Amino acid sequence: MITEKTGQSQTEEELFQQLVNAINELKDKDGALIPILQSAQNLFGYLPEYVLKHISSTLNIPYSEVAGVVTFYSFFSTTPRGKNLLRVCLGTACYVRGGKEVLAAIKNELKIDIGETTGDKLFTLEIGRCFGACSLAPVVMINDEVFQRVKPARIRDLLNSFRNKDEMEEDHE
Amino acid sequence: MAKLTLDDLRKLRDSKKNEVSKRDTEGKEIEVIIGMGTCGIAAGAKETMDAFLDEIDKEGLKNVAIKQTGCMGFCTYEPTVEIKVPGMPDTLYNNVNTDIARRIVHRHIKDKKMVSEYVQDRPSIDIMENK
Amino acid sequence: MAYRNYVLVCGGTGCESSSADQIFKNLINEVDAAGMSDQVQVLKTGCFGFCEQGPIVKILPEQAFYVQVKPEDAKEIIQEHVVKGRRVDRLQYKEENSASGAITDTEGMKFYQKQYRIVLRNCGIIDPEKIDEYIARDGYAALEKVLFDMTPEQVIDELKKSGLRGRGGAGFPTWMKWNFSKQVESDQKYIVCNADEGDPGAYMDRSTLEGDPHSVLEAMAIAGFTCGANQGYIYIRAEYPLAIDRLKIAIKQAKEYGLLGENILGSKFSFDIEIRLGAGAFVCGEETALLASLEGNRGMPIPRPPFPAVKGLWGKPTVINNVETNANIPVIILKGGDWYSKIGTATSKGTKVFALTGKIKNSGLIEVPMGITLREIVYDIGGGIPGGKKFKAAQSGGPSGGVITAEHLDTPIDYENLSKLGSIMGSGGLIVMDEDDCMVDFAKFYLEFTVDESCGKCAPCRIGGKQLFGLLEKVTKGTAVVEDIQKMRDISLAMQKASLCGLGQTAPNPVLSTINNFYDEYMAHINDAKCPSGKCKDLMSYEILSDKCVGCTLCARKCPVNCISGEKQKPHVIDQSKCIKCGECYASCKFKAITLG
Repeated sequence: MITEKTGQSQTEEELFQQLVNAINELKDKDGALIPILQSAQNLFGYLPEYVLKHISSTLNIPYSEVAGVVTFYSFFSTTPRGKNLLRVCLGTACYVRGGKEVLAAIKNELKIDIGETTGDKLFTLEIGRCFGACSLAPVVMINDEVFQRVKPARIRDLLNSFRNKDEMEEDHE
Repeated sequence: MAKLTLDDLRKLRDSKKNEVSKRDTEGKEIEVIIGMGTCGIAAGAKETMDAFLDEIDKEGLKNVAIKQTGCMGFCTYEPTVEIKVPGMPDTLYNNVNTDIARRIVHRHIKDKKMVSEYVQDRPSIDIMENK
Repeated sequence: MAYRNYVLVCGGTGCESSSADQIFKNLINEVDAAGMSDQVQVLKTGCFGFCEQGPIVKILPEQAFYVQVKPEDAKEIIQEHVVKGRRVDRLQYKEENSASGAITDTEGMKFYQKQYRIVLRNCGIIDPEKIDEYIARDGYAALEKVLFDMTPEQVIDELKKSGLRGRGGAGFPTWMKWNFSKQVESDQKYIVCNADEGDPGAYMDRSTLEGDPHSVLEAMAIAGFTCGANQGYIYIRAEYPLAIDRLKIAIKQAKEYGLLGENILGSKFSFDIEIRLGAGAFVCGEETALLASLEGNRGMPIPRPPFPAVKGLWGKPTVINNVETNANIPVIILKGGDWYSKIGTATSKGTKVFALTGKIKNSGLIEVPMGITLREIVYDIGGGIPGGKKFKAAQSGGPSGGVITAEHLDTPIDYENLSKLGSIMGSGGLIVMDEDDCMVDFAKFYLEFTVDESCGKCAPCRIGGKQLFGLLEKVTKGTAVVEDIQKMRDISLAMQKASLCGLGQTAPNPVLSTINNFYDEYMAHINDAKCPSGKCKDLMSYEILSDKCVGCTLCARKCPVNCISGEKQKPHVIDQSKCIKCGECYASCKFKAITLG
């Protein structure tokens, strides 16, 4: 829900218009800044500076405050994210059942570190802190899908299924 | 659905309670209730549901309702499914993958035999039942 | 044609090893001998979890539960119970056998089923996306009763009688919180539901919201009526997309029926609920930080008093309750506070939902009456430790809690007892650890989490946490000295006394608890640079035994960093400077030629 595959089939103008609509809907609510930032990130996949500046001026909140909120919450990203957000759970149950090894295997496979995106913009790697599927540990969440009992040996297959999906979509464009 | 008055709510509640006690949901007396919490879905509950729908269709069974529910608490044994067949005790099954789902349709629903090794005990009594 | 009886034999590993298979065969033979094989089905089931009382045989539909059954009992069971319809009394489970005397006289309680679902009463039974099913099970009947047959004072009274304490972790009496807000005169008040379940390893709230969202909506409306609020917010973490969806559907359906919104059921009481998502900050589970986040700010706590109940969201009286606390409210209203207070212990009434995870067979969500022992949870419900490993400790309370060791397995679980053991009840995460888990590593894991999630506002947490983590790292790397233990104690005390909010105040708990209970393990790391459980990889190295290695080259091929060298059929060698200690070589060697030490 937080990051959707966007930006591919819509133009920047279309997205911006949707953002303007979202702001209009939400701006009169108390404490609207965070819901608006969440909408913006859903639309653009991240929070570009010009979007933040627009939000700041529309809501009449100083840019420094907006930036302060964006940098506080780990969900918000000011750099573009890959098509697929990979979150490896390092909650306690997953940790006890080998979550660290799964993370090491993914880092090794994708050759990126936490917070980074692969060169082909396909994957962004983040840590999750418990999605609530503890009895099926270790857990990896890719976009909104929860994968259970993930083993380091299975990582390549799992990632390949997303690579193949991407190739198929490109073939159809 | 219109806004309810107090009377409306009470009438609705009574009529729904009647339905449940007569085992008559949507006019079908057999129920397949699949756990669709995050754990269940991560463990493949959606595929299990498809398998049930498919097998029931193949067997031409018209009196089976497929429903979804939340978490029973047996997260490590998901997908969990409850089968209610009139005349048999309500049965809870665990680890119901697509194969077991099909087996349940044949053995439990059609032959009224429980599927060995997959039956699970209920975690506790139902406090809302003794009224 | 359905069978007359179903005879279920528990086929769990515990029972298997004590002859369940033979019992199964004997029962089938006896049924055949009685000529009833078309009326009685005998089958094996999954683990009932009641392993210490196994082997177990259950007979349906009458729900007879026989324990410690022997193969020779098969004849009697079939002849007496199935054929003649008489229970075999000597084999039946008796309530006096239970270890804790937690529940005394709640009617209908089948005591062998150690769980008692109040919060989770509808989960797994109703379709959470169909409001009618919730209504059919007395849903919104509590709201009805409150709106038309009770005064706010009577509601508070009922809660007081029940003894319900906040289930978010602090255990504050719920009636008192509501009463504070009720008594303040204000033009606007708020009801907030804290669904920012951030403790890693805890997912009770997620399941409750996914399986029975209306219970929370109903409770919030009741709170609104009692305290004089007409607006509610549910602050839910964004990592729970399914729970968010189900809540949205539930609110929509409730509004369509007029059970939320203006003039509910014609009572003139109006109450609306809005969902707000978290954005990935654990500290926003702390109530003042949560309110700051709702107000659109950085989630940084503020000092209390004033407490949110008196001065909260936008300065108005705000009642903040956890999801689980809320889910109890409708039942307390309908069945009465007295009924509720009969469950649990003297100081901790009702039930608690635990997320039982880690090294445990039956991992999942359980709801048990307060006063049950840890032993019953781990062995009777949890089915024990898999792989025949030994129980080492159970950790409760998430990053704010401590460990409970084997010698305390028979402690009845309640708020006070857990406190005395150096832990807390917390939100309900219960992690079971076995002999392969390192307590130092575990404490370090939790510190890493709290340091990462610290908001940074106050020095004790911001600086203390980091220093404490640094010291733990030294221990796991084998470079610490004995004096570091006292340093850790000193920093912990400072954090506990001087941090601004609960995050900093309780972050040292896992450290202190593991130092106190597993001092020897810390000493092994410090004095001998050894990790007894084999978890701290910096203190371990993989070595190939040259006299056992046959040179099959399998390990070299598996090694992800190519640090193993050697010719075919000659002993191989690991380059320790390149080794990342992933363990792939150890796992793949078929000749037991690789050691970890």
